[in-house]
Amino acid sequence: MLTRRHFLQSTALAGATLLIGFRLDPRPALAAGEALEPNAFVRIAPDNTVTIIGKHIEMGQGSYTGLATILAEELDADWSQVRVEPAPADAERYNNLLWGPMQGTGGSTAMANSWEQLRRAGATARAMLVEAAARDWGVPASEITVDRGVVSHAPSGRRATFGELVPKAKALTPPAQVPLKDPKDWKLVGKPLLRVDGRAKTDGSAQFTMDVKLPGMLTALIARPPRFGATVKSFDAGPALQVKGVTHVVPVPSGVAVVATSFWAARKGREALRVTWDESRAETRGTDELYAAYRTLARRPGKFARRDGDPASALRGAAKVFEAVYEFPYLAHAPMEPLDAVVRLAPGECEMWAGSQIPTVDQQVVAQIVGLPSAKVRINTMLAGGSFGRRATPNGDVAGEAAAVAKAVGGAAPVKLVWTREDDLQGGRYRPLYVHRLRGGLDVRGDIVAWEQRIVGQSILKGTPFEAVQVKNGIDQTSVEGASSLPYAVPNLSVELHTTDVGVPVLWWRSVGSTHTAFSTETFLDELAHAAGRDPLEVRRTLLLKHPRHLATLDLAAEKAGYREPLPAGRARGIALHESFGSVVAQIAEVSLRPDGLPKVERVTCAVDCGTAINPDIVRSQMEGGIGYGLAAAMWSEITIVKGRVQERNFDGYRPLRIDEMPAIDVHIVTTGAAPTGVGEPGVPPIAPAVANALFHLTGRRVRRLPFARLAPAGTRTA
Amino acid sequence: MGTLRINGAARTVDADGDVPLLWVLRDELGLTGTKYGCGIAQCGACTVHVDGRAARSCVTPAAGLGDREIVTIEGVSGNVAQAVQGAWRRLDVAQCGYCQSGQIMSAIALLSEKPRPADADIDAAMAGNVCRCATYVRIRAAIHEAARTLGG
Repeated sequence: MLTRRHFLQSTALAGATLLIGFRLDPRPALAAGEALEPNAFVRIAPDNTVTIIGKHIEMGQGSYTGLATILAEELDADWSQVRVEPAPADAERYNNLLWGPMQGTGGSTAMANSWEQLRRAGATARAMLVEAAARDWGVPASEITVDRGVVSHAPSGRRATFGELVPKAKALTPPAQVPLKDPKDWKLVGKPLLRVDGRAKTDGSAQFTMDVKLPGMLTALIARPPRFGATVKSFDAGPALQVKGVTHVVPVPSGVAVVATSFWAARKGREALRVTWDESRAETRGTDELYAAYRTLARRPGKFARRDGDPASALRGAAKVFEAVYEFPYLAHAPMEPLDAVVRLAPGECEMWAGSQIPTVDQQVVAQIVGLPSAKVRINTMLAGGSFGRRATPNGDVAGEAAAVAKAVGGAAPVKLVWTREDDLQGGRYRPLYVHRLRGGLDVRGDIVAWEQRIVGQSILKGTPFEAVQVKNGIDQTSVEGASSLPYAVPNLSVELHTTDVGVPVLWWRSVGSTHTAFSTETFLDELAHAAGRDPLEVRRTLLLKHPRHLATLDLAAEKAGYREPLPAGRARGIALHESFGSVVAQIAEVSLRPDGLPKVERVTCAVDCGTAINPDIVRSQMEGGIGYGLAAAMWSEITIVKGRVQERNFDGYRPLRIDEMPAIDVHIVTTGAAPTGVGEPGVPPIAPAVANALFHLTGRRVRRLPFARLAPAGTRTA
Repeated sequence: MGTLRINGAARTVDADGDVPLLWVLRDELGLTGTKYGCGIAQCGACTVHVDGRAARSCVTPAAGLGDREIVTIEGVSGNVAQAVQGAWRRLDVAQCGYCQSGQIMSAIALLSEKPRPADADIDAAMAGNVCRCATYVRIRAAIHEAARTLGG
């Protein structure tokens, strides 16, 4: 594998070019008409810049760089002439081909759904430049070559830049059929190119929604009810309006908005505001009550998501039967940039700035609120300061709030709606709370003959536009994915689901169903392996004979981790393997014990099969980040609700992972020629079970409830 | 009204009452490289330098700063800053990037005091800076790389 350092050293001038060459263009630099625009994804200007139109948002996962790489490869552009610009909201041109019709980024699909589309888009533009040169020079197109942004005809010695060919290429009709490169000819795909957004993110110039400033713009905070489902009964705007800088106090569907000339004034205004809530329809249960109710439900049969053989009989006939009940808390996404959106209303039109994962949904929601056709709502997609699924709401919640406030102040000024960190953690849309009950049966030889899994929890998709496609026969696929798709060869296997109805808003959270199914399945399998006296790696290998990708990924992780080599005293290894979003990831965690008995993860070896790694360094960074994000949740994260009220308020109570808790990580990529699959999410699921399995091998303790922090009673935890 | 010394210039600001430096920088002066992440000094996204030391601007009242020297990501300069920002870029530390101004300001403060930090020094200096993308592996590597660049 080519490392970035080696790549930079081996490419003359590349280091310098890459360091200075990139720019994120917020707006087109040229008037339409001057540039070559053969399709919706690329614009080549006479000044020789190549602007790639990114239909997916950049929220940290590297999508802009990946999209640009795919297109620039087929175009044979020089990487230093490439810029990326966010696409306008348009479900037709910028549809997510894997889950549209809508423009959206999620489910780790940005590269997978763009791969063919952008290869063709780049090859089409290239063909037009070649044809323009052929006609201009009076030579056969077949004799023309393109390399790093230069079009050449060797026999005549003629050369031209893309920019020079633009005026002639513009007159041509894009060809219907274009050849795509043989992978052996790739110059950019598979290389560790630097990110296009890297420089702006090291000098403070990167523009997030939070940084948008418009003339006269006001900042709004919303007072939302203390319990989910409550509504405003009455409010006294007086004390808030007396705060210097507060301009408006207005009711909106989600609460009462305090609007001011600055964030600080809005915050002080909201503190002064007095609201009386109608809690007659509010959810008043707490998480303890939900766990108890879910545990009871888990003892009863649910709806089948999968049934192979006859697990009930097989359990009755098994030599040994094991049972485990797992509990998973509500989780907040807590991206570093709190939620926000800016809306400017003008007569007959509306403009919004946001870092939304589903801009066309936001566009429709805003249009409906402000009473305009969608086409009159212009969306400016900003960089998102993390999201992890939170900025992908099927009902455009944050955009809708911003539009409601802008409308409520009568379009008096552009409005920036900001959620504080407290709003973010207490405002719902959590990864649902789940209880799993697993039963497994071993025969006399120790082979697994029965596997019965029941999952209890809320549906993420019920009541959303995604319900029609992803909820079938009462089974929300996002509740059971990872469990219903268990790859292990067990002859009698069932997965059942109980979908509960709770007034706590829920949402997908980085890796969705796999956030919980990977944990229960991979730790329970480990438990059965231990009961049978077998090695956890060998048990998995035996059960994966029909899954060569899984097997190869697992073997690579085991080899690189030195799985067979002894560890020093006080350390143990744990394995987990999980497929999500088309990619297979195996992780081996090496764990020691903290003084308070919690696991300290020293090192993680990660292997990933994500098909073609468009940018191997970004694949590595997504695995590193996925491990850190998953480990944060596994160690510390839990939203606790008491009598309907969320207890955690900020990062002091909802503890993030910090640098001293981050393990060393080695990432190894399985090389295949397959089309690219996801990398944004698949790194998350295996880490928690890998650590839990290591902890068992170290201490004999099985983790049944997340987070691990629960293992050490409060007061005994060390910092 | 008062005067603050920011990035080497005297700036007249409306910093009365209890308004934290963070919001003076962002809302009044348009220096948006310094970020809001938590408002209670738990995440470090708002880190700036006050007299060369890392400070959480979200809990630093602007009114109390007098003539102390405030430097933000927009104004940071010198060979330590260059080494840190260069290392961040070469290692592609940033993912979403929202916390990175704060990370970089903390890293510059660390290397200015300890040119050759051990891992424990990095843990101590950087544990107040949260990155939800968990870019910590590369933050650590970039600090070591910057230290090498500086010949520390």
